[in-house]
Amino acid sequence: MTNWLGAEEWQAVVLSLQVSFWATLLSLPFGVFVAYALARWEFRGKQLLNMAVHLPLILPPVVTGYLLLLIFGRRGAVGAFLEQTFGIVLAFRWTGAALAAAIMAFPLMVRAIRLAIEAVDPKLEEAAATLGASRLQVFSTVTLPLITPGLIAGAVLAFAKAIGEFGATITFVSNIPGQTQTVPSAIYAFLQVPGGESGALRLVAISIVIAMAALLASELLARRAQRRATGREGSP
Amino acid sequence: MTLSVSLSHRFPDFALDLSFDAPEGITVLFGRSGSGKTTAINSVAGLLKPQRARIVMGDETLNDTDSQIFVPVHKRRMGYVFQEARLFPHLSVRQNLEYGQRFAPSGAKGPSTAEVAALLGIAPLLDRVPSGLSGGERQRVAIGRALLSRPRLLLMDEPLAALDGARKAEILPYLERLRDQVALPILYVSHSVAEVARLATTMVVLEEGRVARAGPAEAILSDPDMVRQIGVREAGAVLPARVKRHHPDGLTELEASGGRLFLPRMETEEGTATRVRILAQDVILSNTAPEGLSALNILKATVISLREGTGPGVVVQLSAGEDKLLARITRRSAEALAITPGDTVYAVVKSVSIARVDIGTA
Repeated sequence: MTNWLGAEEWQAVVLSLQVSFWATLLSLPFGVFVAYALARWEFRGKQLLNMAVHLPLILPPVVTGYLLLLIFGRRGAVGAFLEQTFGIVLAFRWTGAALAAAIMAFPLMVRAIRLAIEAVDPKLEEAAATLGASRLQVFSTVTLPLITPGLIAGAVLAFAKAIGEFGATITFVSNIPGQTQTVPSAIYAFLQVPGGESGALRLVAISIVIAMAALLASELLARRAQRRATGREGSP
Repeated sequence: MTLSVSLSHRFPDFALDLSFDAPEGITVLFGRSGSGKTTAINSVAGLLKPQRARIVMGDETLNDTDSQIFVPVHKRRMGYVFQEARLFPHLSVRQNLEYGQRFAPSGAKGPSTAEVAALLGIAPLLDRVPSGLSGGERQRVAIGRALLSRPRLLLMDEPLAALDGARKAEILPYLERLRDQVALPILYVSHSVAEVARLATTMVVLEEGRVARAGPAEAILSDPDMVRQIGVREAGAVLPARVKRHHPDGLTELEASGGRLFLPRMETEEGTATRVRILAQDVILSNTAPEGLSALNILKATVISLREGTGPGVVVQLSAGEDKLLARITRRSAEALAITPGDTVYAVVKSVSIARVDIGTA
């Protein structure tokens, strides 16, 4: 594998997996919370939240990346605060790449989880409450087990999206080999130099494999979620 | 322990204003759909927050809008059996049954899983998953699940409505056992007179969001004034009777306070107390002791009252022994026989007209 891939290419693949893994894992709790709020709660500003979540899907990625730079850059409001208080720097670091990937993948994740939550019959949650379960207990013992396949599907989808993220990432954290150069950035870099096509092609092949595997897994899990949700109570 | 309910709530198109008490035994909230039954039971469960309410269980106030008390659903400890079983699809039958136990206070006592499974006949199902169960089985598991959550009160919202006749007949005996063996007050919502006749100790009749009548079930079912709410075809008294003997010709002899009844063979043991629902339209009246008649059941009775409806019928309330009976005859017959209160008449009931579903244990 290492022979087949150059050191730089290999670095890009590892970095991409690392960035996507953390982006997915850390955004999952937020994704579940936002999806639950959108699926089950009625509150002021629900439409606004819905729009904000979906914004990265519609905005040009470069715009999202630039906004991230403005907010989370070392001189940005949040970025400066994070650096002074926790010593965390996001801009031009792989952590920043993870943040960019997480934000770009968030709408997909929320959408999948929201669908799973909406497929859970609220009557089951009501029944759990009458049996003595508090709201949190209802969520952890009824809702969460029932949405788990949807949750995994959402996470896989987000992971695949994060692997492929380019525009926002390159704008926010640039394209530093070994530090912020993910697979798409590496492909882009290869294409900028003469004779880089073979390296680019190898990375392209890897990207396709990862994306297909993720899509397949997500598809299978989504189908399972569907079965579980509809096999709930047949006609009596 | 008595549950005392008083609430009023205004929906955009419907207003509810009622109060009733549910003592031990099964209290049936009876009424047509839209009469406010489900709103009432959901208020007791805490699933609905009425605009004004005072709901007291024993000495604990569950909801009092005047002093802003509202105990949330999960702290009320009411076992709720819904119209659909609402079993958790990701849990086995056993896990469903035991779901509520972990949330019950550690000191709460109640039957064990094995006892409940035996009572409801679901022991063979424990390792199955809900999706493989029949409707009747599911509903029995739902009842068991509610029982095992260590409730202080059982709420049942038309638990049989979604089932066909055979499944209903399958579950009714379990509900009777529940009433007789489990010392829990049960609040039971129904629009089925047959269920009321089988199960109810107390009856609360709701009409357009108000309590039209409330009291012991036998008194209300044998009240001629209730015929309009119940419907002329469904109206009928419930007669307590004890199984006396099974005869070899396929009949079972029962002893009521007003005389003997012969019914098609029952599987109940001799000596068992039963309650038999006798539909008003199945009763024939005669002012002399009938002879040469194929009907086996002839009860000597005294006419208490006659109530004329808008149609050609008259509902006659009778007392036979210590119990009351209803008979629905035509106005023409009532005039021909010159039936007046105080008269002695003979009530004739065909053995086979009493449906098996209308005979329950008392």
